[in-house]
Amino acid sequence: MPVISYIEAITQALDEEMSRDDTVFVMGEDVGKRGGVFQATKGLFEKYGENRIIDTPLAESAIAGVGIGAAMYGMRPVAEMQFSDFMLPAANQIISEAAKTRYRSNNDWSVPMTIRAPFGGGVHGGLYHSQSMEAIFANVPGLKIVIPSTPYDVKGLLKASIRDNDPVIFFEHKRAYRLIKGEVPENEYVIPIGKADVKREGTDVTVITYGLMVHEALQAAEKLASEGISTHILDLRTVYPLDKEAISEAAKKTGKVLLLTEDTKEGSVISEVAAIIAENCLFDLDAPIRRLAAPDAPAMPYAGPLEHAFMVKPEQVEHEIRDLAEF
Amino acid sequence: MIKENKEETLVKNRHQELELSDEVVLSMYENMLKARRVDERLWLLNRAGKIPFVVSCQGQEAAQVGAAFGLNREKDYVAPYYRDFGFVFAWGMTIKEMMLNNFAKAEDPSSAGRQMPGHFGYRKLRMLSHSSPVTTQNPHAVGIALAAKIKGDDIVSFVDFGEGSSNQGDFHEAANFAAVHKLPVIFMCENNHYAISVPLKHQLACAHVSDRAIGYGMYGESFDGNDPLAAYAAVKKAADRAHRGEGPTLLEANCYRLMPHTSDDNDMTYRTKEEVDEAKKYDGVITFADYLRSIGVLTKERENEMEEQIRKEIDEATDYAENAPFADPESVLRYVYEEKN
Repeated sequence: MPVISYIEAITQALDEEMSRDDTVFVMGEDVGKRGGVFQATKGLFEKYGENRIIDTPLAESAIAGVGIGAAMYGMRPVAEMQFSDFMLPAANQIISEAAKTRYRSNNDWSVPMTIRAPFGGGVHGGLYHSQSMEAIFANVPGLKIVIPSTPYDVKGLLKASIRDNDPVIFFEHKRAYRLIKGEVPENEYVIPIGKADVKREGTDVTVITYGLMVHEALQAAEKLASEGISTHILDLRTVYPLDKEAISEAAKKTGKVLLLTEDTKEGSVISEVAAIIAENCLFDLDAPIRRLAAPDAPAMPYAGPLEHAFMVKPEQVEHEIRDLAEF
Repeated sequence: MIKENKEETLVKNRHQELELSDEVVLSMYENMLKARRVDERLWLLNRAGKIPFVVSCQGQEAAQVGAAFGLNREKDYVAPYYRDFGFVFAWGMTIKEMMLNNFAKAEDPSSAGRQMPGHFGYRKLRMLSHSSPVTTQNPHAVGIALAAKIKGDDIVSFVDFGEGSSNQGDFHEAANFAAVHKLPVIFMCENNHYAISVPLKHQLACAHVSDRAIGYGMYGESFDGNDPLAAYAAVKKAADRAHRGEGPTLLEANCYRLMPHTSDDNDMTYRTKEEVDEAKKYDGVITFADYLRSIGVLTKERENEMEEQIRKEIDEATDYAENAPFADPESVLRYVYEEKN
């Protein structure tokens, strides 16, 4: 199986979906000749032309809103927000419009649109190129929010998002783009939205997480295995709506749960995961649920030591798992 | 504030110059009258406690109906806003559907009673669904035009909004996007001179919303919103430009909102009865009927027939809608996402 990077998986998924379906098109800032500031759409402008790889004016609400209109006409737009931090001007279009169009029209109209947005910290991006925005949208029925962690998941889930008949926000971890590589089959596959995935089987402690934190958890688990601690890792993959069944199952498996996110803690996606476990698995728990997240400060600073201080660190993950195992 | 009617032009046949037949202008008038009479009935129903809310179209019917007639009613896509009774009637919505909408019943084609009245949408008629945060429909109309351009479909995308709304970011982002991509969009502002209580001079520092067109590099024009023929001519011209690939147009219909903002508003707290009475002299429903009478197109007999037919339809639609069932309470969970079988 070929090994490709996280970002190559994005480009491949876009390319394959555009070639199989004429209604798929890409729109966003710098997606054309430049191939995207991260090169996610590299080569697509040359292949599909300016009619289907559309450079838009710098205006996020229009990118989302024009995408909604095109979707209502029967197209499948893939709208790119250059950084998830910049998508708040589009929040009204996403929350009031895209998410509610099917519902408010009693199923008359729908918005089959995918919004791609790079998120996440650890790239010296400062306050506004580092944030995790998922919690802002994770209380909005009508939306689906996908956050893949591996190239395999990226490709299968992005294809599923583009084919979905409802709006999907697809958050890509920008540090994962070139850092994370993995095997991706050459033959066609699609991964269903809404299904979490066990990334490592274990018996002592369960870690439930998503995005780049999956890799932090995997590394910690590997290290702790030598100490005889067996870690079970569930990758949520879709953070809204959550896979409640898989969450309960994973929590019950070890009875000790660490919830991990690089987002700020209060009101985060893992807080909802904690509520699901508390509602469904209380008597299966052998320790209080733990959350490891970024501090409740506005966003991570630019200066190296401050950024480091803000982020969830591998040794913290390791420490929390060990502590839970010994509880 | 209100454009003077030019009495001398009323005796001249103006619709022939626009290549509109007598039957077509009578149909325009009929749609305007329908909107007015339905609106009046809704206020009665509201004051009688039968419906909780009315948002009114009175004073804007002429611009709305004229605009709809300027488009291709078989092909074009439209995003009307919540006051557009005249527009949606001319676009094919029935009085019965309008009443079902206002009574919020299951058969309401716009939303099955989920949305407040006037939040129109009807896929069968290529009429986009819209929300209450204003001007969000403008980028949608641009998206329709962009999609049509990608597919190579020769259509026009039309969107309506108010002058207060024209201050929103989405107005600007949509206009700029459409102009940059030279898309076949018609932006029509129904300037009724009030955003709830705030008058025009506290909403815009320029004289007309259409003055903003030049900033987007698009064509802009204002017209008398009390005159359906002026609306027709302006929209037709904009549609022709769009079909020729000349891009979007920003139009402004100069209207006046004759009623309070909604049934929950008291307009006498911010404007005078004298001002409203003055505006009524130029009411398009009245002045267009005068025009049609003065050139002998609208006979007394035809007028009575129209009034009678509309009254009958409204009576029947009101009865029907009042007695129609609400959507099943359990349906509140439906259509959050696509339901596969």
